[in-house]
Amino acid sequence: MTKLKVDGKEIEVPDHFTLLQACEEAGAEVPRFCFHERLSVAGNCRMCLVEVKGGPPKPAASCAMGVRDIRGGPNGELPEVYTNTPMVKKAREGVMEFLLINHPLDCPICDQGGECDLQDQAMAFGIDSSRYTENKRAVEDKYIGPLVKTVMNRCIHCTRCVRFTTEVGGISELGLIGRGEDAEITTYLEQAMTSELQGNVVDLCPVGALTSKPFAFTARPWELNKTESIDVMDAVGSAIRVDTRGREVMRIMPRVNEAVNEEWISDKTRFIWDGLKTQRLDRPYVRRDGRLQAASWGEAFAAIKSAVAAAPANKIGAIAGDIASVEEMYALKSLIASLGSENIDCRQDGSAFDPSLGRASYIFNPTIEGIEKADALLIVGSNPRYEAAVLNARIRKRFRRGNFPIGLIGEAGEMRWDYEYLGAGPDTLTDLVENGNAFIDKLTAAKNPMIIVGPGAVARADGAAILALAARLAATVGAVTEDWNGFGVLHTAASRVGGLDLGFVPGANGLNASDMLKSMDVLFLLGADEMAFGGKGAKFTVYIGSHGDAGAHTADVILPAAAYTEKSGTWVNLEGRVQMGNRAGFAPGEAREDWAILRALSDVLGHKLPFDSLSALRAKLYAEFPHFAEIDEVAAGTGEQVAKLSMVAGRADKAAFASSVKDFYLTNPIARASAVMAECSALARNNFQVAAE
Amino acid sequence: MAGLSQAVGSLFLKEFVAAFALTFKYLWFRQKATINYPFEKGPVSPRFRGEHALRRYPNGEERCIACKLCEAICPAQAITIEAGPRRNDGTRRTVRYDIDMVKCIYCGFCQEACPVDAIVEGPNFEFSTETREELYFDKAKLLANGDRWEREIARNLQLDAPYR
Repeated sequence: MTKLKVDGKEIEVPDHFTLLQACEEAGAEVPRFCFHERLSVAGNCRMCLVEVKGGPPKPAASCAMGVRDIRGGPNGELPEVYTNTPMVKKAREGVMEFLLINHPLDCPICDQGGECDLQDQAMAFGIDSSRYTENKRAVEDKYIGPLVKTVMNRCIHCTRCVRFTTEVGGISELGLIGRGEDAEITTYLEQAMTSELQGNVVDLCPVGALTSKPFAFTARPWELNKTESIDVMDAVGSAIRVDTRGREVMRIMPRVNEAVNEEWISDKTRFIWDGLKTQRLDRPYVRRDGRLQAASWGEAFAAIKSAVAAAPANKIGAIAGDIASVEEMYALKSLIASLGSENIDCRQDGSAFDPSLGRASYIFNPTIEGIEKADALLIVGSNPRYEAAVLNARIRKRFRRGNFPIGLIGEAGEMRWDYEYLGAGPDTLTDLVENGNAFIDKLTAAKNPMIIVGPGAVARADGAAILALAARLAATVGAVTEDWNGFGVLHTAASRVGGLDLGFVPGANGLNASDMLKSMDVLFLLGADEMAFGGKGAKFTVYIGSHGDAGAHTADVILPAAAYTEKSGTWVNLEGRVQMGNRAGFAPGEAREDWAILRALSDVLGHKLPFDSLSALRAKLYAEFPHFAEIDEVAAGTGEQVAKLSMVAGRADKAAFASSVKDFYLTNPIARASAVMAECSALARNNFQVAAE
Repeated sequence: MAGLSQAVGSLFLKEFVAAFALTFKYLWFRQKATINYPFEKGPVSPRFRGEHALRRYPNGEERCIACKLCEAICPAQAITIEAGPRRNDGTRRTVRYDIDMVKCIYCGFCQEACPVDAIVEGPNFEFSTETREELYFDKAKLLANGDRWEREIARNLQLDAPYR
C-alpha cells in the first residue's frame, strides 16, 4: 500500500494503482477519454492531467503514472496530487480546445448526442470558444461492417476501439495508421469486422465516431425508457438494459455485472432487437383443412381441449425451448403432471444431462469469474467463441495474463486464444484419461485446472458416457478439490440450467424430446424450434411462443406468447446463477405472457393450476425449489456430485465432436427473424468461404 | 357660490356639451383607433410567434435534421418526431414531424432550440379551423407553411438577428 495526498486529503491505495485511480479513490473527479478500466493504458488523450507536487513542473497524465512513480518531500512528507488547481484547470481547458480543433460541431445530427463524453466534458471542463479559425480536418468514413457505423471526422484518436479489439476481442481488426493530423482508425483493407463482440466498440467510443448502424438516427437517449433485464441469446445470461420508446424496443445495451459479463455483450445480444418486431405471433391460430387460420383464444383452447380429451395420458408430452423462463416451464410442468403424464423434456438438443445426479453435474462449476483463477484449461467438444462469446472474452482475459495452457478436443478453429490441439473426438478423451500425455501433465501440475465440456460433446447419443469420462478426467487431474471445482459444463440455451433445476426431464416412464416428437398424440412446444420437425410423428402439436419459426409452422394450434423483453421471468445462467429479467414493454396484439396462457388453458382443460398471479406462481415455485428465490446467487454443486457423474457407465463411440452452434447469428427464433442478424450471418459465411479458398 | 355655479352649469347642459365635444373630437378630428380587420391589419413585430413552419434552404433541401431538440424542449409536449436515415442518401431526416397546434402554447422555445433555424413561428396568426383535426399539423403542412411564408420569415429573422 502507498500513501499519498490528493487535494490535501490523505489516502492509502494499493501499489499498482495509477494516479487517476487514486484520485477517484479520494473522491476527486478526473476527466478522461482514452483511459478505460478494462483496457490497457494508452495515455494519448491528455485529458486526465493533474498537478503533482515534487514532480516535474508540468501537468502529469494521471492515467499513465503510477502512485509509486511520485516521490514525497525530503522530510518524509507524503507525495501530493492536485486536481483543482489553476494549473489543472488551464491544462484541461487547453486539451479540450485542442480536441475540439478538429472535432466537428455536428452534435445535432450525431447519434452520440446526449450521451457523449466529449459533449459532457466540454461543458464541464472546456472554455466556450476556440481560437482556431482554420478549416477542420476531413477524414473519409470507413466501412467496418453492418453493425458499426463510422463518422471518422469525429474521431479523437483515443484508440479505445483498437485496444478493445486487440485485447478483449482477441483479433487485431482495427488499427491506427498515420501520424498527427493524418492519423486514422481503420480496418486497413476496408473490410467488415469479424469479432462477435464488435458492438462493444460503440459503447467504448467516447465520441460519435463509432455508432450503432441499425440504431442510426432513430432515437435520442433522453426519450428512451430504460429497463434492466437479462439476456437470453446464450446461456451466459449477460446483464442488459433494454431501451424502449412506447411499446417498441429501440436498442439493447450492456449493464455491468462483474461476475458474468463485466461490461461486454455479444453482437447477438445487442443487435437482436429488430427481430422482436418481425415474424411475431400476435393472435392464436388453429389448423383447419391443413391450413393455419386465425382464431380466437376460445377456439384455440377448445381445439386443444378436444385433442387432450381424446389422448391417453401417456401420449401427452411437452418440450421446453431454449429461451423459456423458469416460471413458464414450472407452469407447463405442473400442467402436464396434472394431466397424468411424465413426458416432459427441456433438452431439445438431446443433451444427456441427468439432474438426479446433482447440480454440479450440469452447471459451470468454476463460475465465469473463476476462469481468472484457473491455471490450465481443457476444452472438450466446445467452441466457446460461438457458444458463449462473452465467456470466451473471459478465457481470453485469463490467457493474456500468461502461463495458461489450453488444450482443445473437438473442432479446431480460430478461438481468439492459442491452444494445443489434442484431437477431434471421444477417442482422444479416452486416451487422455487412460494413458495420459504431456497435456495431462500440465493439467495435473496446475493448481486450479479447469475442464469445459460443451454441447458438442454432450448433445449426442453417447453424451452421458462422454460427460462421465470428462468427470473422471477432472477427478484424475485434481480439478475437483475442497476449494476448487474446475468441472464446467457449457450450455448454449438460456433455459437449460433452469429447466434441469426444475426437473423438466422425463419421469421414470417418460420419453425424451426426440421420442416425444415421433410418438405423442398431443405435444406442447414451449418455444421449441431447434428440433428436426421433418421427422415429426406427433398427431397434434400446440406451439406456445413468440415467433413464427419452425415450431409454429409445424403446429396445429399456435398460442401467441411474449418474447423475453415482454415478460418478467427468471433465467438461470450456465453457472447456475439465478437472474431475473424485467418487462420492458408489452407483447403485440393478443399475445400474452406464457404462464398466463398456461394458467388459462389449464382452466379449460379442467385441471386449474393453483395460482392466479405471477407472484402466486413464484411463491409456489420458491416453496418447492428454494434456490430460485436467491436472485443473483449461485447455489454451488458439490465435488461428490461430480464424482457420482464420473461413475455413470456407458461407451463413447468414435464420431468427432461437432459444435452445436452452426451459425452464431441464427441460433434462436428471434435471431432468425432479425434482418440485421441475417446480414451478419451472410457476411460471416462469405468470410468463411473466402478463408477456405 | 358653489350652488350657483352648479345651477348655471346645469342650466346650460355643461356636461352634456362637454361629452358631445369629446365624442365628436374622436369622431371627426382624431385618427381612428380601430381598423377594418379582414381588409386592414395591424402591425406585427418581427418577433411575433404565430403559426409554425418548417423552412428549406434556398436549394430546396429541408433544413430540419431531426436532432429532436425542439421535441425535447417543448413544454407542452406538442411536437412528435420520428427520425431515420433518408432513403436516397442516408442523411439524418425526420420521417414524421407533427405539431399538435391545440397543445402548443406558442412559447417559441422550439425555434430557440433549433440549431438550423428549421422550425420557426411565422407571422401568420390566421389559421383558425372548424375542426380540431385540422390543427394537428404534419410535416407536409409545416413544410408548405414554410414555402408560403419564407419571404416574411426570412425578413423577420434578419431584422431580429442583431439582438440574438
